[in-house]
Amino acid sequence: MATPTPASAPPRPAPAGLIARALSGDVAWSFRHSWSARISALVLLILFAAAILAPWLANQNPYDIGELSLFDSELPPAWAEGGDARYWLGTDTLARDVYSSILYGLRLSLIVGFASVALAAVVGISLGLLGGFVGGIVDAAIMRFADVLLSFPTILVALLVNGIMRGALPPAQHQQAAIWVLILAIGLTNWVQYARTVRSSTMVERNKEYVQAARINGVSRAGIMVSHILPNVLGPVLVIATINLGMAVLTEATLSFLGVGMPATQPSLGTLIRIGNEYLFSGIWWVVIFPSVVLVALVLAVNLLGDWLRDALNPKLR
Amino acid sequence: MALLTVENLTVTFPSRHGSTNAIENVTIHVEPGEILGMVGESGAGKSMTGAAIIGLLEPPGHISSGEIRLEGERIDNLPPAAMRRIRGRRIGAIFQDPLTSLNPVLTVGDQLIETIRAHLPLTKEAARERAIDWLRRVGIPAPEKRIDTYPHQYSGGMRQRVVIALALCAEPRLIIADEPTTALDVSVQAQIIALLRRLARETGAAVVLVTHDMGVIAETADRVAVMYAGRIVEVGPVAEVLTHPRHPYTAGLMASIPRIGPRPEILPQIEGAMPRPASRPAGCAFAPRCPYRIDRCIAERPALRGTGAAQVSCHLAEEIPV
Amino acid sequence: MTDALVQVTGLKKTFDLSRPLINRILDRSGRQVVHAVDGVDFAIPRGQTLSLVGESGCGKSTVAKLLMGLTAPSGGSIRFDGVELAGRPAGSPPETRRRMQMIFQDPYASLNPRWRVARIIGEPMKSYGTHPDPADRRREVDRLLEFVGLSAADGEKFPHEFSGGQRQRISIARAISTKPEFLVCDEPTSALDVSVQAQILNLMRELQRELGLTYLFISHDLAVVNYISDMIGVMYLGRLVELAPAEEIFARPQHPYTRLLLDTIPDIGMKNRDIDRPAGEVPNPITPPLGCHFHPRCPHADARCRSEAPQFLPQGAAQVRCHAVAEGRLSPEPLRKAG
Repeated sequence: MATPTPASAPPRPAPAGLIARALSGDVAWSFRHSWSARISALVLLILFAAAILAPWLANQNPYDIGELSLFDSELPPAWAEGGDARYWLGTDTLARDVYSSILYGLRLSLIVGFASVALAAVVGISLGLLGGFVGGIVDAAIMRFADVLLSFPTILVALLVNGIMRGALPPAQHQQAAIWVLILAIGLTNWVQYARTVRSSTMVERNKEYVQAARINGVSRAGIMVSHILPNVLGPVLVIATINLGMAVLTEATLSFLGVGMPATQPSLGTLIRIGNEYLFSGIWWVVIFPSVVLVALVLAVNLLGDWLRDALNPKLR
Repeated sequence: MALLTVENLTVTFPSRHGSTNAIENVTIHVEPGEILGMVGESGAGKSMTGAAIIGLLEPPGHISSGEIRLEGERIDNLPPAAMRRIRGRRIGAIFQDPLTSLNPVLTVGDQLIETIRAHLPLTKEAARERAIDWLRRVGIPAPEKRIDTYPHQYSGGMRQRVVIALALCAEPRLIIADEPTTALDVSVQAQIIALLRRLARETGAAVVLVTHDMGVIAETADRVAVMYAGRIVEVGPVAEVLTHPRHPYTAGLMASIPRIGPRPEILPQIEGAMPRPASRPAGCAFAPRCPYRIDRCIAERPALRGTGAAQVSCHLAEEIPV
Repeated sequence: MTDALVQVTGLKKTFDLSRPLINRILDRSGRQVVHAVDGVDFAIPRGQTLSLVGESGCGKSTVAKLLMGLTAPSGGSIRFDGVELAGRPAGSPPETRRRMQMIFQDPYASLNPRWRVARIIGEPMKSYGTHPDPADRRREVDRLLEFVGLSAADGEKFPHEFSGGQRQRISIARAISTKPEFLVCDEPTSALDVSVQAQILNLMRELQRELGLTYLFISHDLAVVNYISDMIGVMYLGRLVELAPAEEIFARPQHPYTRLLLDTIPDIGMKNRDIDRPAGEVPNPITPPLGCHFHPRCPHADARCRSEAPQFLPQGAAQVRCHAVAEGRLSPEPLRKAG
């Protein structure tokens, strides 16, 4: 007993698996006592449900040009003067129902967000684990490349990757490939943070005695990395992934807003905001405002939840 | 009158699972010039008792009942600022890791002079003389030169000597030493123990020595309090408690320590492990591991009571063969 | 020593602590090399225990790592049952490495916190292929758990659900799972409380009797070493300074450093001995003293000790690295304290 620590809880209450720890109650308790976490979770739950159930919740399929009627274009929201009860949040210049477009757009934004976070996490965790465990020249090469990547603004790198891939693809495929290009561009820009975090935890873990025990027992280096070290470095990754989801959705929106993301025929939230922005000065405010509100709510909820998760998983703050 | 009296001290840690008492009804008293050893396993509450006395309990831990008196004056309910003054001037503290007890960016001399001048009305020059004198007393060679060097330029043992000088230079009446030798090598440990004992004799300060090492207790302390699961199970003169332990835990502990000399075929051992604070049994906390356990031990918690020179908290203290 | 299971000769390990070349050129400083292990020789007969004792930084833990292949030696030979292991990494060759296992100091760091106990104990059997069938392996894990004093149901738990002593039992179960003949124990009880230490020490001796194990036991605690060892080697700054049968070391310590160690153990039976004499501290291993490393702390040092490193020479039942002992200036000290 060096310092007056709270009594005889074992000196280092080592965490079990993430799931076991979540169920064990510390995180659950912290969740019940955090207003921001509960509200964020509720908002996210509604938005995720809306995105998944979009085909059933929407009043029309905005991708199906046959459903559109140009007579109904530029209608204000249902409650405003001249509004139409069929179009709750009004229609845009192509007569697309704004409410339905938001549902489908949210869907696209979330798909791009989740997929690019998953890509960034897989790339970042692999490279961080490899660099931290192997060390030497491999580590130096990975980390210097990461440093170079970090010295450019994310959006710039994403634009660059986006541009290169679009250049490599025949123009006919641009529309179909747009979503894949976005996922790759955003994913390949965001892996650095994962790599750095995983690398530093790996360097701590690889010197621990349980790793030495595995080496003594003839476990291969790959086996040690994957089955011993990986599960012990994933804790902080969850927090980064959550906060990165918000970042990824914003980057997608920015790219789409700049016109290099999802095309107007398949609008994401960012595309909707861009389209709306063009008509804002003609008084058609509803096309830009409603997608923006949804985007802000989504990103804010994700970030608040990420902040809470970081605190909840940090034993020092408990 | 005792220099330090701790009466029925209970330290509680509230948590959402309900509050647990890290230490319960701890009563100790220390006379001037006396070294009281507090010994026990990690989690027994010995460090917590020391922390409560110097007012450095880590929140949310707090004193929920009992009182602490230094020279007759209550110090357990003082505001933080008053406690800080007492901590520097009247109570000195020595901790396990000498490196974290010293400020790495100040020279050893600066730290000593600052402490001396904060508590004694001395000029800078006089304080420096005194600092050099203290370094000499704790056995630092060439103190006139070493006073202007930084802590990292000292070896582990020398650093702990500096920490001791720092704790003693304000001439406190009481010293709390929490595992002062644990981080040191064996050959250095002996030097530090001897130094601590000599200085306590010279200055007449009382020492509460917290350690897990019975050997350190045997060589340093006058009296010893053995703690188990947050309570004192036996307290008395070192020679008495260590050679004629009355509590089954103390007896088991003493028997289980390997010694130099003829080697036994099997080392006597206490089965099981000490319970965590949240899962302490209702009766005697040692009952589940005790070879002499009777029904009463499980139902009723024994109080600390006198049997000869020592006090023991065991229902069977009179019956168990020594 | 023909029946030695483990034979170590001239074992060396240097660590290069130099700063990068560019810094060295700028500062005009040279290479900084620590001789963590500097020519260590010993042999452990089958079924016996050799303990290495010494203060932190003396190289005893490095010897343990070298034997297990966790770090590569800079020189010397490590033979296990006739097989040369110097230069072979941990786990290689598997048929020999399976027969040697290790128990670590820190029971909190030596078990993967995310693995269930059954998987931890089963890993060596899986990796070395001694029990390839999962059901068969699980039965063996259950048997091992009960053998070390836990219950088969504990296999489903995670390490954090156990106390320090119980974790060390899990560590021991893992170590004996491949039916090894040789165990390296690196301070296996120094992180434990005294009452638990006795349990683990007793368990280790019981294992030795029942399984015929050979131990290399690393410790800083001479009293613990006394309980467990047949032979004791005392290390100082990377060198063995005395190697002798256990009772010999305690009865007639020869090297002045061994005597210092024995003098300074806090002893339960001794009240207020005066040991305030300045016995010094271990010097910086980067720049060890010339000649005999111990001479600055040695009351018997003369000019020869300051200039010439002593050889490791037989003295009665012991081997001692000391000029004063070799020249007969220093006679073996009789036993001064008992029990």
